[in-house]
Order: sequence, then structure tokens, then C-alpha cells
Amino acid sequence: MPFRLNIMLCTGTGCVSNGAFPLLEAFEKEIKKHELHGEVAVIPTGCNGFCAVGPLVVVQPDEIFYQRLRIEDVPFLVQEHFLKGRPVKKFMYTPPETKEPIPVMSDIPFFGKQMLIALRNRGLIDPENIDEYIARDGYKGFTKAITTMTPKQVIDEVKASGLRGRGGGGFPTGLKWEVAFNTQSDEKFIIINCDEGDPGAFMDRSIVESDPHSVIEGVLIGAYALGVKQVYIYVRMEYPLALKRFYRALEHATEYGLLGKNILGKGMDLEIEVHRGAGAFICGEETALIRSIQGFVGEAQAKYIYPAEKGLNGKPTIINNVETWANIPQIILRGAKWFASIGTRGKNGDGGSTGTKVFSLVGKVHNTGLVEVPMGITLREIIYDIGGGIKNNKKFKSVQTGGPSGGFLPESLLDLPVDFDELLKVGSMMGSGGMVVTDEDNCMVDMARYFLDFVQSESCGKCIPCREGTKRMLDILERITFGQGTEEDLVKLEELSKLIVESSLCALGGTAPNPVLTTMKYFREEYEAHVKNKKCPAHTCKPLITYTIDGKICVEKGHGCGVCRKNCPQSAIAGELKKEHRIDPAKCDKCGICYDVCKFDAIYVD
Amino acid sequence: MAKLTIEELDKLREKAVDKLRLRESGENRGRVIVHLGTCGIAAGGRQVLTALLDEVEKQGIKDITVTTAGCAGLCSREPMATIELFGQTPVKYADLTAEKIKKILAEHVVKGKLIKEYALAVGSERVG
Ligand SMILES: Cc1cc2nc3c(=O)[nH]c(=O)nc-3n(C[C@H](O)[C@H](O)[C@H](O)COP(=O)(O)O)c2cc1C
Ligand code: SF4
Ligand code: SF4
Ligand code: FES
Ligand code: FES
Repeated sequence: MPFRLNIMLCTGTGCVSNGAFPLLEAFEKEIKKHELHGEVAVIPTGCNGFCAVGPLVVVQPDEIFYQRLRIEDVPFLVQEHFLKGRPVKKFMYTPPETKEPIPVMSDIPFFGKQMLIALRNRGLIDPENIDEYIARDGYKGFTKAITTMTPKQVIDEVKASGLRGRGGGGFPTGLKWEVAFNTQSDEKFIIINCDEGDPGAFMDRSIVESDPHSVIEGVLIGAYALGVKQVYIYVRMEYPLALKRFYRALEHATEYGLLGKNILGKGMDLEIEVHRGAGAFICGEETALIRSIQGFVGEAQAKYIYPAEKGLNGKPTIINNVETWANIPQIILRGAKWFASIGTRGKNGDGGSTGTKVFSLVGKVHNTGLVEVPMGITLREIIYDIGGGIKNNKKFKSVQTGGPSGGFLPESLLDLPVDFDELLKVGSMMGSGGMVVTDEDNCMVDMARYFLDFVQSESCGKCIPCREGTKRMLDILERITFGQGTEEDLVKLEELSKLIVESSLCALGGTAPNPVLTTMKYFREEYEAHVKNKKCPAHTCKPLITYTIDGKICVEKGHGCGVCRKNCPQSAIAGELKKEHRIDPAKCDKCGICYDVCKFDAIYVD
Repeated sequence: MAKLTIEELDKLREKAVDKLRLRESGENRGRVIVHLGTCGIAAGGRQVLTALLDEVEKQGIKDITVTTAGCAGLCSREPMATIELFGQTPVKYADLTAEKIKKILAEHVVKGKLIKEYALAVGSERVG
């Protein structure tokens, strides 16, 4: 008997931490109880993208989307929908501003403007089942390449697609491959970069977790084009689920003869070896990564010669990001023309940013999660149409693109298209796809401090400007947030930034000042408020704010109720019932509790 | 599993595609809805559904969705099913058995011929 329903249950890392596996068990148990196990199958999938509302399932064939499921919900859902065919409204998604739930996944605005290439199989297959990957045109791009194309034609196709590296730099992939192709050597290597050190980012992890074979197929095509026999994947240790699924995929691909010796009977050999990284941000940088694989300390190297000419063990080495690899099978299968028709193109029909990009959208938007969008889409569309706008009716303040050393962009730039070159022009970058949205409650000086703190502590220490310069910048920013900054500090920040950008060896140092430079450019008034008036307009830098009770409101409206006094952990509030209350600034440590508990809005922050 | 050749990989893909058909939003001619309210189940609706699913597989029918729905509102005539072929008026069949649903599948769904004796209503109009 064939299945009439497939319950696609997300088992990405986000949903797993929200209890996806116990939920899976509960579903299976309940389905068995109703003797539906011959008709209804539960399929574990990778991240569906809408992590904000997980754990979630999508019921196929009708694409009914259920969210925030708890184990207690399972019996009712199984009986009502899976048995009796009545979709259950109360588990569906309801957009924040409306009352009517949206049953069908593709009608939900979060999914509406997305376009899936790298994530084309997300939520549709069990990542641990190679047959399901094969069913969705899996390994078809590879067989097309080895049966109908020469290595040179493969490289030309990738070049013509306009694909640029998704790991941060945006270097044209086909060009990189061509360099390695033209370099004579007895041995060449491929490295898959799955280090993904950006805090909060999970694009690459999700691709490996939801569709590991797409990466393996991409690499098979690259290996065929470049005559490579040995591939390394560099995965960070903190990604146990990605590792497990990748190992499983390697096992299955080897069993099917898609890896190993004499692949598909065509005489090609390929091995993929997993290398686990210890989680240093700098080890995502290609030269440091190669050093790390070779067993040395992960330090960036000067790139007078590209790894594509002389990389691992001194041999030509192609290193590409996970998402870059996942795009390759589709480019070969559907053609460069198709890929290049998506996204933006430069004036002469070349350059630009083609295809799609995966972003992890986090911060103050309603719909946080993983999104894949066509290049050229505006930031506004991502934040408002897909992200559903800013939470809690707050005002948008900035969006940071490009990870920890990306720039913060203001409201006036929201109509900027997502494009490698456009983002660079305004002081930010594409990076590997982190996207952090802030609202009026975020202090931009403090945000800059936070990200500088991250890159500062991740500097490999080789270059003095990067190691010491970022430290000095951090000192200054800390001073400013403590209310001890001067106007001269702002000048110094700019000078140091310039120096670090110019004299750092690798892009870690080269981009580290971006958050400071962009916030100083687009949110200058906040810096000035901190140094001139010793005020934090967003009320987040504690040394610069004071809590005060408006005596009149306290007595007239609140009748000196004393709730604040009873709740203050510092006993900093004095007063009697029906009388005015006061905060002793010497005792107050600015926790904000009184402000939250006063029902009469008698307390204000300044 | 032995190592595959390209031809074997293609064959394997063809088979695997069938298994995933439910999840694709491909072209579809319509759906057969078996009513599984409490009364439908009590009257033997589950057996009708099982027989239907088996027959769909046996005949290799790929462009029809089999699904369930709640009570059709006429408990005395359960088990019931509705045939919804796109572009045509839905037809309700009543007093079903495993044998009857197989015949409905072969005649109505595959060949497009209504079986009057089993039909309860075409659209909202009663047949007999
Ligand atoms: C500090 C630093 C960290 C990086 N981290 C990563 C990373 O985690 N993943 C990645 O793919 N590329 C990372 N890169 C970029 C790599 O150096 C390299 O450009 C990239 O892997 C090339 O692949 P692509 O052309 O497919 O993007 C990093 C670069 C720098 C400077
Ligand atoms: S809670 Fe508000 S109204 Fe009550 S005493 Fe404190 S400030 Fe006054
Ligand atoms: S901010 Fe915190 S410490 Fe200060 S007065 Fe209010 S409750 Fe007390
Ligand atoms: S992990 Fe489940 S939606 Fe992302
Ligand atoms: S760590 Fe790379 S420039 Fe200093």
C-alpha cells in the first residue's frame, strides 16, 4: 500500500533543540495506535527555514504547515487530520497582524519571496536517505558532466554562470577553477569550507544537515573538472548533527559507487576526508584553514600566490564554501544561462551577482530563520516581506550584513539591492550571509563594541595592527559606553580603522573596523550623544542612564503604591504609602525592574 | 548494495521518484476523498481506504491524490467517498465496500464513466 500522507518533520538543529526528536517518536506512536503506519509516513528533514516557529511539520500532499507543536498536541492532530482529514486550525501559523491562520506553507509570506537553489531539497527529503536525494534529480548534474562534457566545458559553464563564492569574498568561482586547471601538477586538491565561524550564522550547517549530497555532488563535478582525487571537508566540531549526516552521506555515496574507485564505472576515483576544526574564527580563512589541515597553528598567510596555484602541500587547491558547492549541480544540470538569468548583472552583461543567496535572518524581526533569496532583492523586502517587520511595534534602526565584520546600514539604505558590489560600496559586505536586524532599543555604539570584541579576540595575532589596533579601538569604545569618551576618541577611532584596514594581512583585520566605521558614518549622532552629553539615546549603556520617579505621577496616579520599592533588589527606593517615592542614584544599579513594574508609568529613563 | 553504473543510477531514480510524488506539487487530475468521520470509520471506511490505496498502487495511478475528510453528513449511507476530478462536478458515492471502490476507481476515475447505481449525488443533486 502506498503512503497517502507524508509528514515532513523538521529535524534541523533549531527544531531539535526545541524537542523535534521526542515529537517524532510521539507521532510514530500515535500513528501506529490508529494503525495508520501503512498509510502515513513521518519523514525527518533538515531545517525548513522558519526556525522561529519550530518545532514544525509540513503535511504533504497538501502542504499544510503546523507550527510550535508540543507532544500533547500529537494525539489530536493525528486523529483529526491524519485519520479524519480535517486540518487543525489551532496549530497553523497566524501572521502577527491578522487573526486568520494560513494553512498552506507557500501562502505564508515568509516563504513567498524565497527562491531555492542551494536549499532546493530542504524540507522535501530525508537527508539521511540517498534515494530521496537521487529522486530529486540527485547526481544527475554529475552524470551529465561526465558523460557529455569535457573538464574544460564544465569550467566554462561555471564561469558563464557568474557564480561568485558564497563564503565571504565573492570571488568568481569559475575563474578560480580555471587557475587551478591551468596549473600543472601531479596532484590537486579540493577543500570544502564548512567552518562557519560567524556568531549566530547557520547557513552552511543547514545545507549539510538538510542536503549533504548536494555538496558531495558539487564536489564530484569540481573533481572531474580539475582532475582531483582527494577532497577535504573542514567542519567545525560544534556541528555534531551536520557531521553525523555528512558521514552518513559519505557512507551511502561510497556504497553506491559514487565515491571511491572507478566511480559509476567511469574510471574516476575520489575520496572525501572529514577534518574537524576546533572553532577558531580565523580557521575559516582559506590560508589559515590549509595550515590547520596540515597540522600547524591556524594563522593567515600572505597570498602573493593563490591556493589555486599553490595550496595544500604546495599543490593547486580549490577551496570553496559549502553553499558555493551546493549550487554547482544545479548550474550544470540546468545550465549557466538559467543561473545567470537570476540576480543582477553588470553593465556589460558580466560581473554582478547571479543566482541566489542564503541568509540567516536574526535579531528584532518577527520571522527569524534561514532564507534563500534571489540576488538583487532589496534589504527592505527581506526584512519586511519575509521577516515580517520589526517585533513589538518598535522602530527599525539598522541591519548588519556580512557577519561580525560587516557594516550596519540605516533605514535610508533599505532599498539597496542585495549584491556583492553594492554592499561594498556602502561600507558593508555580503559576507557569508549573516543578517542581524536591530531596533530602536539597540545602541549602535554598543553594537559596534560587541562585534569588535568578537573579531578582536579572534585575531590570530600575526599582524600588529590587527592584534593591537583592534584592542585599542575596543578600549576606546568601552570608554565611550562608560561615559568617559571624548570627541578626540572619535577621531582616533577613524585613524585606527584606516590603519588596520590598510596594513592587515588577511580580511579579518581588513574588515574588522567595518562595524565601527559604518555606525560612525550612519549613526554619528549616537556617538556624539555618548561623548558630548554623556547620554545613551537607546538607554542601553548603563553608566549613562538614570532612572527617576516622577513624584507627581507617583502620588496623584499611583498613590505611592510602593510596588517599585518592594521589587527593587538594591533597596534603592525610599518612600511610604500614598507618598512620593524616590530612587537613590548612589544605590541604584540600573536593572530596570522598577521601570517595568510601575503600573502608572511614573518612572522614566534618561 | 552493489556499486552502480550510470544506467542503474537512472533506474533507481525512476523508482525513487514515485515514492516522492506526494511531496511534489506536480500536475494532478483530481482526488478521491474517503469520508472518515466516526460513523464512516464504524461502517468500514478504513477498509475502503486501504483497498483504494492498494488498487491505486497496483494500477500505477500517479495523478490522483487519495485523501480523507470528515463526516459527509449522511451517516446511514456510510462508507462514502467523493470523486473530485478537476473541471468536473464532484460525485459522491455511498454504501461503499472494498469491491465497489475498486470498480469506481477503474470506471470513474480512470475511464471517466460515472457508475450510477453506486452514486448518491452529483454536485448537490441527488441521483437516487
Ligand atoms: C576571518 C575569515 C573567516 C572566514 N571564514 C569563512 C568561513 O567560515 N567559511 C567560508 O566558506 N569562508 C570563510 N572565509 C573566506 C575564505 O577565506 C575563502 O575565501 C572561501 O572559503 C572561499 O570560498 P568561496 O569562493 O566559495 O566563497 C573567511 C575569511 C576570513 C578572512
Ligand atoms: S510603583 Fe510607581 S506609583 Fe508606585 S510608588 Fe513606585 S513610582 Fe510610585
Ligand atoms: S533600576 Fe533597579 S536598582 Fe535602580 S531603583 Fe530601579 S529597581 Fe532599583
Ligand atoms: S531547524 Fe526547524 S525550521 Fe530551522
Ligand atoms: S589576523 Fe589576519 S590580519 Fe591580523
